[in-house]
Amino acid sequence: MADSRAEILGRVRAALADRPVARPVPRDYDRTRDVGDVLALLAERVADYRAVVRRATSAELPAAIEAALVSRGARTMAVPVDVPGSWLIDGVAWRPDEPALTTEELDGVDGVLTGCAVAIAETGTLVLDAGVAQGRRVLTLLPDYHLCVVRADQVTGTVPEALARLDPVRPLTFVSGPSATSDIELDRVEGVHGPRTLEVIIVE
Amino acid sequence: MGARNPVTWLGSPAFPDAARAALADTQQRSNLRHATGIIRAKRADAVAELDDWERLRLAGEASKDEVLANLDTYLERLEASVTARGGVVHWARDAEEANAIVLGLVRATGADEVVKVKSMATAEIGLNEALAAGGVTAVETDLAELIVQLGDDRPSHILVPAIHRNRAEIRDIFRRKMPDVPDDLTDEPRELAEAARRHLRRKFLSTRVAISGANFAVADTGSIVVLESEGNGRMCLTLPDTLITVMGIEKIVPTWSDLEVFLQLLPRSSTAERMNPYTSVWTGVTPGDGPQEFHLVLLDNGRTATLADTVGRQALRCIRCSACLNVCPVYERTGGKAYGSVYPGPIGAILTPQLVADPHDKQAASLPYASSLCGACYEVCPVRINIPEVLVHLRAEAVRAKGKHTPEAIAMAAAAWVFADPKRYERAQRAGSLARLLARGGRISALPWPGSKWTATRDVPAPPKESFRAWWRRTRG
Ligand code: SF4
Repeated sequence: MADSRAEILGRVRAALADRPVARPVPRDYDRTRDVGDVLALLAERVADYRAVVRRATSAELPAAIEAALVSRGARTMAVPVDVPGSWLIDGVAWRPDEPALTTEELDGVDGVLTGCAVAIAETGTLVLDAGVAQGRRVLTLLPDYHLCVVRADQVTGTVPEALARLDPVRPLTFVSGPSATSDIELDRVEGVHGPRTLEVIIVE
Repeated sequence: MGARNPVTWLGSPAFPDAARAALADTQQRSNLRHATGIIRAKRADAVAELDDWERLRLAGEASKDEVLANLDTYLERLEASVTARGGVVHWARDAEEANAIVLGLVRATGADEVVKVKSMATAEIGLNEALAAGGVTAVETDLAELIVQLGDDRPSHILVPAIHRNRAEIRDIFRRKMPDVPDDLTDEPRELAEAARRHLRRKFLSTRVAISGANFAVADTGSIVVLESEGNGRMCLTLPDTLITVMGIEKIVPTWSDLEVFLQLLPRSSTAERMNPYTSVWTGVTPGDGPQEFHLVLLDNGRTATLADTVGRQALRCIRCSACLNVCPVYERTGGKAYGSVYPGPIGAILTPQLVADPHDKQAASLPYASSLCGACYEVCPVRINIPEVLVHLRAEAVRAKGKHTPEAIAMAAAAWVFADPKRYERAQRAGSLARLLARGGRISALPWPGSKWTATRDVPAPPKESFRAWWRRTRG
């Protein structure tokens, strides 16, 4: 074991006997870009993945959550313990993840409601980092329906802007649309193992 | 170096022979033409959206070169950061050692079944076969890998291993091999995806050990990154108690912010999306979230030998996007299996022989001839690997090792001439002369056209680069 480590590092050093010097990485690509109305772009790009997008003011948010859940017909919803109380509208059986929901329980609920850490307008991506209102990774994986609330201040224009806001040692999940596959004739089909329906509410 | 490197499949014929058989498979050719045609057009659109695409490519190239030039430092840094976050790092010199490490880790958990998320590194080392020999069943969970596994088939593409199968063939495989599939299953992709979901659901919920590869590993934080589409990756990376990741030593990026380049280059180059549906990033073990035991196996298996070649080492920049396969006129006609390796297409033609690192392996030595040198692969490569340059370099190496006038060298040179133009090998195929040209090393003096044209000059004519490119553009867009 220790021998393999020493041997591989030794092979690497021998292979680099010509002492190659790498050029400095050119960083003149666009870190930011003028994307215009960043919330409109996020809404458009998320919808491109065939996810449902709603927009609301913070006062309208509970009503928007209700409208989403009613149209989905979702009655039991998993939820991280620390979502704002105003999200937990009446008429829904909320299943907070404390004590931790079992795999079977998560497989049995109608959906899950979370927030996110960052959203990327240009690519229509939501990033979850297991922080406030997001919970463990498995929460947004097993339920077939994921309703995600995005606050305007969480939205960035580009991928570099988003990565600068994220802490890589937290468990991160980048979500761009519902689960999909391109494995049959290289054409994108929605709905494999992850949530088959993704719905996003953008809050201004 | 004891055992042979399983990166090539035992008993595979040299490329020209395999290509001859593959060219006759009209079903496969039409499946491939259809699928690669779709993805080429979509990729061009996805790339055109970013004004800074060329600058991103230059940054991706330089970032990978920085890692390769200081690989020892970065490997030690990665090991330290993964270990500091509760992961366990293992080092494997070759396939045999990697397989033994993984089998030992699985056995230690008491499990006799593992779920797997698609990984080129584990395909390269033949891990599934090694686990089976050790009494452990590996269940592939990626849809295309599942199609290959259920069909007792071999992969033909690095991103979509079942690209050579159309929807009707996939439905037939599912009907035959999935016990729980409904009788009236149609070939609607949506229904096929649903069948795969039902088939694997219980496995995900009950299996305690998962095996993955890695797209990137961030040296300074120890974070591992996996890009995927279906959610099978998230299942494997989140639900089991134990996660074992097998990763080639070249998959490192220096810092977290380098990922801002690769998370733009990779999805647009591979599935031609702005972003793939799911990307997971984890660092060691997170208490209360995901696997509580994490092992990282760092794999050499010919990579250090590749690194030693100052021209060939650029192949180690590869991020396995598959764009070079999708634009390659030779790949489109012969399919991936003709390359006899888990790495087909242009990248396979330069990576496989270097990983094998055996000049006497005729099959591997034939791969650098599987190209028209048209340059389309270099043009699309997100990390700017100059594949034609490496092909020419490896051809010269092969000739140096074997001698210019051996029957093999002559036959390969002839093959190179034929593959220089798709029209040439399609015509040769129709005329039935390709068989004679390509099958019998050395006996080429009496060949009919087009071989006769080559024998008259006794040298490899320069590929008709401009006219071929013009032809390709006109007919393929
Ligand atoms: S060689 Fe370049 S284009 Fe081909 S798979 Fe690797 S990164 Fe992609």
